[in-house]
Amino acid sequence: MSATARPSEMVPGLGRRVGSLRSERRWALWTAYISLIIAAIVMLAPPLYMLLTSIKTSAEIANLEGNPWLVLAPTWENYAAIIGNPMFRGFFYNSIILTVCVVVITMVISVLAAFALARMKFFGSQVLATGVFLTYLVPDTLLFIPLYQIVGGLGLLNSIWGLVLVYPTLTVPFCTWIMIGYFASIPKELDEAALIDGANWMQMLTKIFIPVALPGIIAATIFAFTVSWAAFVYPTAFITRPDEMPLTIGVVSQLIRGDTFAWGQLMAGALIAALPPVVVYAFLMDYYIAGLTAGATKG
Amino acid sequence: MAQVSLRKIVKEYEGGVQAVKGIDLEIADHEFVVLVGPSGCGKSTTLRMIAGLEEISGGEIDIGGAVVNDVPPRDRDIAMVFQNYALYPHMSVRENMAFGLMLRKFPKAEIDRRVNEAARILDIGVLLDRKPKALSGGQRQRVAMGRAIVRDPKVFLFDEPLSNLDAKLRVQMRTEIKKVHQTVRTTTIYVTHDQVEAMTLADRVVVMNHGVIEQVGPPQELYHHPRTRFVAGFIGSPAMNFIPAKVEARGAGLVLLLPQGTELAVPEHRVARYQPYAGKSVTFGIRPEHLTDTQNVNKPHVAFLTLTPEVIEPMGMETLAHIKLEGAEVCARLDPLVEAAPGVPLPLAADMNNMHLIDDATGLVI
Ligand SMILES: Nc1ncnc2c1ncn2[C@@H]1O[C@H](COP(=O)(O)OP(=O)(O)OP(=O)(O)O)[C@@H](O)[C@H]1O
Ligand SMILES: [Mg+2]
Repeated sequence: MSATARPSEMVPGLGRRVGSLRSERRWALWTAYISLIIAAIVMLAPPLYMLLTSIKTSAEIANLEGNPWLVLAPTWENYAAIIGNPMFRGFFYNSIILTVCVVVITMVISVLAAFALARMKFFGSQVLATGVFLTYLVPDTLLFIPLYQIVGGLGLLNSIWGLVLVYPTLTVPFCTWIMIGYFASIPKELDEAALIDGANWMQMLTKIFIPVALPGIIAATIFAFTVSWAAFVYPTAFITRPDEMPLTIGVVSQLIRGDTFAWGQLMAGALIAALPPVVVYAFLMDYYIAGLTAGATKG
Repeated sequence: MAQVSLRKIVKEYEGGVQAVKGIDLEIADHEFVVLVGPSGCGKSTTLRMIAGLEEISGGEIDIGGAVVNDVPPRDRDIAMVFQNYALYPHMSVRENMAFGLMLRKFPKAEIDRRVNEAARILDIGVLLDRKPKALSGGQRQRVAMGRAIVRDPKVFLFDEPLSNLDAKLRVQMRTEIKKVHQTVRTTTIYVTHDQVEAMTLADRVVVMNHGVIEQVGPPQELYHHPRTRFVAGFIGSPAMNFIPAKVEARGAGLVLLLPQGTELAVPEHRVARYQPYAGKSVTFGIRPEHLTDTQNVNKPHVAFLTLTPEVIEPMGMETLAHIKLEGAEVCARLDPLVEAAPGVPLPLAADMNNMHLIDDATGLVI
């Protein structure tokens, strides 16, 4: 094999290659944009339709003629009705209490569990780590019947505290699993340096692991928040008293009477309910994306 | 500050791998000891047992007069610098250095004083408020050393602290580490696989191989009086030449018979030492700097031989000639002005005062 360069041949060849790279890149960009636009349309159409419906009067919603994507007489009356309704405010309040409790419980349990499973090598820790993940694979539609028995036995049916007890069974396995991954990626020398510097296990966790794995903690928090805020099956099964209902079922059960759907208010309620997740995502995403582990060790 | 004693230290990993096979070592106060050896010889394991990061399977470790086998790392009063620095990524340089003192509840003013003093010694004052990811490799290395210095521990432990740096920076940081040791005088145990680092830094070098200590001594002693073939070959660069040879009697004296038929006279003051090996096959060891061109060799006990080099490497201040012999590769160091060419027979002078003979059966230097 000879690698002799012959300039007369090299230069045009080189030029062609640069050109093809550029056009390849252009193609990649086009494909990316087109798929993203399609995805965005598919994703955003339902919320947009909700928004449009929520600012229509009941009469306009009921009118089947004309284009449903156009709003002729925009109104705030649905929002006013929802916000002015003390029952709806109760649902909102329940959802917040429920979600805050679930997120706190989940994060405490899963951070501690993941730290133990990732770092303290003890008998059965490997099996336990796998087991934690396997429990996540059991669908909640399968679990709610036995859990109904348990929650009922504890006398917590018709109470958000029953849900506070039950939701962590959904969130803890997955969050623990995420945190194990993050903790395992922290170089071993970091704990050893901390051990030598005089840290005990608890200080190592709070002063090194949690700050270094913050992106993971935020990801897990977002997950727990989403699951808890949006859960539908469990509250449907466990809660029948309106004053203990969270938003997800409250809106549906109170605004649908028999076969009468208060569509405008339903949509307004759903959009208000969707607001907290959007706010939480927007705030946490920045932290989540900032790679905090860079610079721990070389590379 | 303290002395460190290792007594019959054994480390056996799960699965029965003996990484360290019962080593004894006494390290004096203020001493700089370097553990050196090929990859996998158990250097890191030994160091980590001293640090308390690895359980001790057998024997005793004594730091400053107290057996520390069951003492956790934080109570051993040691500081360690890791190969990959292990800086806390979310803390500034200042916080990294202060962390150990804060955990030990030092007063704020004392922490500041020590951090600033260490920053001055290491010349990292302007970096104090940066995060590790905004530092270069050499700067991170300094911060890692600063973290050790502020603690003012009994012992410093270094595990290959320079091997992630490029060649030039490594030489610079080597000098830096030596300077720091001359300033703070803390007992230091330093692990490396680089024998040049070992030679330049150490008060005493500990050469390890396969979990045992081959030899302990000051660099010059190891260089001039290696006890085993392993040490002879490991210390020195380019490495010592090993040539199969036969010891033969010639009148009252002895000669070494080389594979291609050359006879080299053994200096008379060594005859008594080598007499028992007359008629036997041994390995003749000679360093490249004692196998030179024939200029300026009016010393006693020089033996002459002519060999044909295969490769000539001009290094600038010297020229290396590589010669292939039966069963051996030989390297000679020549004055750069000597004309040498591959394939052209080259007269060489062997300084027999610096020769070594190795018993092939035991691997020991005779
Ligand atoms: N956790 C472990 N389990 C089993 N064997 C191990 C473990 N750690 C190290 N060893 C073995 O112990 C021996 C010594 O390892 P050690 O890390 O002390 O070598 P080293 O001298 O530091 O080498 P290097 O220069 O490559 O760092 C090696 O053979 C290694 O495979
Ligand atoms: Mg090592």
